[in-house]
Amino acid sequence: MSATAPQPAAVETAPALELRDLEVAYRVRGIWREVLRGVTLSIGRNESYGLVGESGCGKSTAAFAALRYLPRNGRVTRGSILVDGQDLLGMSENEVRELRVKKVSMVYQNPTAALNPSIRIGDQVAEVYALAGAHDGEARQRAHEMLGKVQISDPASVMRRYPHQLSGGMNQRVVIAMALATDPSLLILDEPTTGLDATVEGEVLDLVKMLREEFGTSLLFITHNLGVMAKMCERMGVLYAGRLVEEGPVAEVFARPSHPYTVGLLRCIPRGGVRKDRETLDTIPGFLPQLGADLPACVFTDRCGLAEEICHREEPPFHRVTDGHCSRCHFYDRAQTVPRATPAPPVPREDRRVEPVLEARGLRKTFHQEGNAIHALADVQFALKEGETLGLVGESGSGKTTLARSLIGLSPADEGSVIELDGARLAPNVTKRKRDQVRALQIVFQNPDSALNRRFSIHRIIGRALTMLKGERGEQREEHLRQLAHSVRFDVRLIGARPAQLSGGLKQRVAIARAFAGDPRIVVCDEPTSALDVSVQAAILNLLVELQASKKVAYLFISHDLGVVRYLSDRIAVLYLGRVMELGPAEHVFDPPQHPYTEALGSAVPTAEGTERERIRLVGEIPSAASPPSGCVFHTRCPRYIGDICRDEEPALREVEPGHFWRCHYSAEELREVQKTPPPEQPLTAREASEPTGGNLRPSEVDRST
Amino acid sequence: MTRFIAKRLGLGLITLWLLSVLVFFGSQVLPGDVARRVLGPFATQSAVNSLNHQLGTDKSVFVQYANWISGIFHGNLGTSVATRSSVSSIVFPALWHSAKLAILAFIIVVPFGIIGGVFAALKEGRFQDRLISVGGLSATTVPEFVWAVALILLFALLIPILPSTATPPPGSGFLTSVKFLILPALCLVFVLFGYIARMARAGTIEALDADYTRTAVIKGLPYSTVVRRHVLRNALLPTIAVVATQAGYLIGGLVAIELVFNYQGIGQVLYRAASQKDFPVLQSGVLIVGVVYLVATLLADLAYSLLNPRLRFESSA
Repeated sequence: MSATAPQPAAVETAPALELRDLEVAYRVRGIWREVLRGVTLSIGRNESYGLVGESGCGKSTAAFAALRYLPRNGRVTRGSILVDGQDLLGMSENEVRELRVKKVSMVYQNPTAALNPSIRIGDQVAEVYALAGAHDGEARQRAHEMLGKVQISDPASVMRRYPHQLSGGMNQRVVIAMALATDPSLLILDEPTTGLDATVEGEVLDLVKMLREEFGTSLLFITHNLGVMAKMCERMGVLYAGRLVEEGPVAEVFARPSHPYTVGLLRCIPRGGVRKDRETLDTIPGFLPQLGADLPACVFTDRCGLAEEICHREEPPFHRVTDGHCSRCHFYDRAQTVPRATPAPPVPREDRRVEPVLEARGLRKTFHQEGNAIHALADVQFALKEGETLGLVGESGSGKTTLARSLIGLSPADEGSVIELDGARLAPNVTKRKRDQVRALQIVFQNPDSALNRRFSIHRIIGRALTMLKGERGEQREEHLRQLAHSVRFDVRLIGARPAQLSGGLKQRVAIARAFAGDPRIVVCDEPTSALDVSVQAAILNLLVELQASKKVAYLFISHDLGVVRYLSDRIAVLYLGRVMELGPAEHVFDPPQHPYTEALGSAVPTAEGTERERIRLVGEIPSAASPPSGCVFHTRCPRYIGDICRDEEPALREVEPGHFWRCHYSAEELREVQKTPPPEQPLTAREASEPTGGNLRPSEVDRST
Repeated sequence: MTRFIAKRLGLGLITLWLLSVLVFFGSQVLPGDVARRVLGPFATQSAVNSLNHQLGTDKSVFVQYANWISGIFHGNLGTSVATRSSVSSIVFPALWHSAKLAILAFIIVVPFGIIGGVFAALKEGRFQDRLISVGGLSATTVPEFVWAVALILLFALLIPILPSTATPPPGSGFLTSVKFLILPALCLVFVLFGYIARMARAGTIEALDADYTRTAVIKGLPYSTVVRRHVLRNALLPTIAVVATQAGYLIGGLVAIELVFNYQGIGQVLYRAASQKDFPVLQSGVLIVGVVYLVATLLADLAYSLLNPRLRFESSA
């Protein structure tokens, strides 16, 4: 890590970005509410600075302020913003435009939405050069070169395409190309990899790192992912309720967090392979204050375990912890002793030798689109035992969600697929299943907003589930409803509210209560925490663990966050192109990963420890399920490709050690031997050979259109 | 793309067939003997019978339906019972009259509606926006014949600058014809402006809020370029669909306006045919309006998918 590296030479020139005591307010319902409360920070030339905090802390506002781009209801109420020493607030409209063209660029979340859907990629990139004064042909020529620099293998063909024809990762490369087109002095990245696959995220981050060195750009990197922060940034700031509460070199802050909020954030994330049976995750009690609320002198007081009388009375100064490491806490020297919010002991794991509750064999799902058969699931098999968690990982397009939907019966599996519940075969379609079977197999979706009916009260949502699944009515139902709300830690006083009035975490609790209404045997959790902040995520994960221990329910847990999956899972299944590539006990699958695909997946994830393994590049994108590669479906991207046998012969799912299965021509010993050396860097020609564009039909997309 | 068109055409034919069945058998349900109504209560029964035979109305309904349909395929829409002239000579000139009125209304309302809507969106929440949104919506809720009466009172009687009827004297030139059509067209403009402006406004507001618009601003493009290049094209797509469905309404559904302005459009022809039980005119006329409607929506869909790259490529994949 570069935290110990000497500070870049920023002696003579002004910093790339400087915020001085910046206050920004939004006008909501006629009242000005403070979003940023006196933020002071400075990003040196060629430095990369990270900003963390829960959503609503003002991270994005700070970023947009650096471009003087505020929503119509927003305004700077105090302080100044300087880019390269020039004050933005005193600039005319034209000067601001000039600044956006030449000096500051921004890349943000959801790249596909960031590009205009009805203009070709080439025109959108060339526009930036035209703006900087290049004439037509030259602008296109330079756009072509720039797309090459962001490692797009066939710029000419990409330039002719529209954003929807490219994958998310490819679109993010295009956005980065546009942002770096005019060699800005400051590049702002606002959650640039949220929503992208782990493997794609790894590629995009590598690219940003490489280009930063080439262009010498300063970075303002906003993320809630502390692993990404550790990988990308030299210094970091922690923002809470619009105030910078801690600042310092990344490694230093991670090693010695000196503000209770930072301590809480770090304790929330499942790190370093912690598991549910050894440690419960900590949470940060309470909620982020409402926008513009009256806050005590120290903004964090209400959620702080260390708070004393002085915190209400006196605003803490920016205490110097070590050189360059500051904390706005009266008790910065003992911040790490902040008591845990969840002292509940972990649930010890018991050995279960019971018959599986759910078993799938030969599970297939084929979608038909425009005459093409798309095999979203090809011969999936696994068994789920009582009270166990099976984690399911894989890139988008690997069939995770399709598998979840097929099990639940929302998207019926093909003829001949076997799904058994307690040994009894289930009908593929949920409408043909018996009520007992339906209540035994429930699901929690990723986005509680769309999973809960907006017009119903929480009371009605949970009550309906009780009536539909258990046939309960009247007083008995009311009693049950209260118990259920209590068991998911949902305040009964809020039971009359509608989903829109609740926070994301509370909504997800309601969704969990709904799934548990019928005393399920198995709950499928499809990315249940990926839309939530880390502290809320920790609380939900703890809740799931607790419910599992008390109700002996089994989970099929889908997530792209490997840390979360490892925390929660007893066993892990790795899916690729609708096939189980590996299935085994959690500690064997990822500690250390052996199967080549698992190895690549695992190495793509930046960890908060910053101890990054040598990353194994996966070449290109996941192939189309409409025409999967011959032989081993992974051979086109495999870092441990053996030779013809991989291309010609599909390996069977075989048991390599008791309870541990994989699909690979290598045996366990052979792989251990091969993995002693890093895989050969794959030549870029192989990248070009793989289809670069989104002509591939993702099973999930097909699903929506059928 | 061809596949898409073929599919739409196929569906259109099925719709037309259903329409033909509906209108034909629907009119058969109405009581009364065709020849008796033509000849009057004092004609002899044998004269009635022979006229029925001549008209083919003594045959079973299925045979009559088959005759009608095969006639249409041969380009023969039938003969009017009331006037004894061919249906085509009644329906097509009326259709042309209607089209003229519709085109004039369109030429006025589409640009005004779009500009008004986009302008309102750019001034969202301000006075100008309220004026256009509330004004447009209020104008839409007033039925067209009320506008007709009001406009006639105002511009033909109080300030007599425009004629109160829509039919120009025979032999008048293009400009005179347009002058006669202005008042009825204005009624339609008032009714349609609100719809179109509202769609254009909603589309523009959505596009202004979109991430790609933010990208364009952050690139450093001047605001006018952002609106012109990045906002409008995406914003106006939904408006096109609405405009096209209104085309069908404009051509087929203007009975009230045509009556008030005494204009020989297809609406008035159909209305008269229905009240006189002139089934050949009614049936073939309805069918032709159906064709116009289908063609208009098909063209709208085509325009929409040509402008929207997402649809264009998916259907040709």
